[in-house]
Amino acid sequence: MKFTFSLKPENFIIERDDERCIRCGACVQQCAYNAHYYLEEKDKVLGINHNCVGDGRCVAICPTNAIRIKQAENPYRPNYNWTKERMMDLYEQAENGTVLLVGMGAPTPHPVYWDKIVLNASQVTNPSIDPLREPMEVKTFLGSKPDKIEVVFDKNHKPEIKTRITPQLELEVPIMFAAMSFGAISLNACKSLAKAASEMGTFWNTGEGGLHKDLYKYGKNTIVQVASGRFGVHVDYLKAGAAVEIKIGQGAKPGIGGHLPGEKVNHEISVTRAMPEGSDAISPAPHHDIYSIEDLRQLIYSIKEATDYEKPVFVKISAVHNVAAIASGIVRAGADAVVIDGIRGGTGAAPKIIRDNVGIPIELAIAVVDERLRKEGIRNHASLIAAGGFRNSADVIKAIALGADAVYIGTAALMTLGCHVCGMCYKGICNWGIATQRDDLTKRLNPEIGAERAKNLLKGWKHEIQEMLGAMGINSIGSLRGNRLNLRAVDIHEPYLSILGIKPAGA
Amino acid sequence: MKKLYFREEWCVGCGRCEVACAIEHSESKHPVISYFFEKVRQTPRIIVERKGNISFANTCRHCEEPDCVNACISGALYKDLSGKILYDPAKCVGCYSCIMACPYGAIMKDLNRKERKQIVKCDLCNKREGGPACVEACPNRAIVFEERGE
Repeated sequence: MKFTFSLKPENFIIERDDERCIRCGACVQQCAYNAHYYLEEKDKVLGINHNCVGDGRCVAICPTNAIRIKQAENPYRPNYNWTKERMMDLYEQAENGTVLLVGMGAPTPHPVYWDKIVLNASQVTNPSIDPLREPMEVKTFLGSKPDKIEVVFDKNHKPEIKTRITPQLELEVPIMFAAMSFGAISLNACKSLAKAASEMGTFWNTGEGGLHKDLYKYGKNTIVQVASGRFGVHVDYLKAGAAVEIKIGQGAKPGIGGHLPGEKVNHEISVTRAMPEGSDAISPAPHHDIYSIEDLRQLIYSIKEATDYEKPVFVKISAVHNVAAIASGIVRAGADAVVIDGIRGGTGAAPKIIRDNVGIPIELAIAVVDERLRKEGIRNHASLIAAGGFRNSADVIKAIALGADAVYIGTAALMTLGCHVCGMCYKGICNWGIATQRDDLTKRLNPEIGAERAKNLLKGWKHEIQEMLGAMGINSIGSLRGNRLNLRAVDIHEPYLSILGIKPAGA
Repeated sequence: MKKLYFREEWCVGCGRCEVACAIEHSESKHPVISYFFEKVRQTPRIIVERKGNISFANTCRHCEEPDCVNACISGALYKDLSGKILYDPAKCVGCYSCIMACPYGAIMKDLNRKERKQIVKCDLCNKREGGPACVEACPNRAIVFEERGE
């Protein structure tokens, strides 16, 4: 235990009930942050509060429930302006003079509009539907839809569709796993999500980390990403996936590139990303071949050409101020789907100041993009996928009612694998075996269990979505899409009401 | 016969199986009471072997031709009709021949029993509903209890 001087007080207090502690040593053995140790001469297990990040591994693993982790109060004098967090950040920067790094989505108190939007239900004048007794369709197709469908009749008067439909993704449930690269998360985490997605008939996303050879078998349910670093991108990779996603931005760090430190780039990652072992994987902030919508169109069509026009191409941007105009440009550039990632979107590592201050909430972005595309008459040319901090099925269904076709979930998916949102992803020593590449830690996540749990989440949310649809008297998710009349706002005022395009409750 | 199998690739080395084993073989079957207040503190019948990043749980394989039973001079170790290798402490003379004979190191001295020398070994939680306790305690399915027809 180091005895050094620091202005930073501890963030967590480890409370151990000595009457329950049976000295089994599980907490000592399991904490990668070394927050517990065993003092043999006194036969005592002790905690080092300073090392604790509050990820709850010890709490979960302790066989006698002897451990409690409490948030430490600020021993100094915080006030409304100088909160504990701001004081800690200052002390941290005074010590090392760097950009503060964080993991996870923004925990800032920006309003979460989902909590201020309520759903409708049928009463008397139209019947509600019981999804357990009657069919309830939640299947969703992602991709460009034609303006009209031309039907011709042959000599025997048999109808035939003449319009060529561009490639579509078929989702059994309108929820996909967001882009998280092998590198940011462990291979076992990727395997869990890939397996869960393929068993549930939905999709997972490779992020920009390439596709590991063990994951090619899930290709049918994989969205492969092409980001500014172009890691692991080759024609087999593009052809292995069901769709290709061009990542321009990420909700947690709009306008910022990525940086996977060299110590994480082990043999498997170097092979998957096609880069030297031990070297930093740096994704530039912009794509250096995309400085305009026209450039984006070139890349979209290069990818379509490379994949024989068999796969839809998505473009992912973070929700920023002119998101509607940008989305319109993306659709006109030929994208089959626009992905928008809101300010609460997660990350493995981002500058804290960017994560907490750049971007706009996803609720507003969905509303303005859907509205704009409708007004321009091009809403059918591309699907709209929303991402960034979806916490439950109600958030999902509200997003769909605002105009999204499907959503991506990242943090929620990781939580099924054990994530406790401690936000230490960037440290690379995740106790739960998710955001780490250390062999002894990655083995803590058995993909058999992970896949079952991630699948259970999708199953649960699917049932809940069906129940909510049934309550509204709707028997297909397609009838809810963009149907903002089923939403009402509580405690949202102008101009946000008109941006969201919903009425206040009671109206 | 269903046996315990250990998957080294998923063992996280936490030792919850050891704790579960000791609790299951105690009188109270209570995690805290069994450790602090019972006359004899139970020795786990399963131990986690750890070295560096590698760890795995280890206990009796319930061999088809058990060396320990052959080595036992007093008939305290025997194979029952179902194929389990069981231990009768009343017959044991504490010679530890079985410990020497076991090729897996799966039989342990019972050091908590001071009055006379005894051993402990896995009985597959003989009468427990739901199978062995260690399997349920494992957070990562590194111990499985299944029929592999060997």
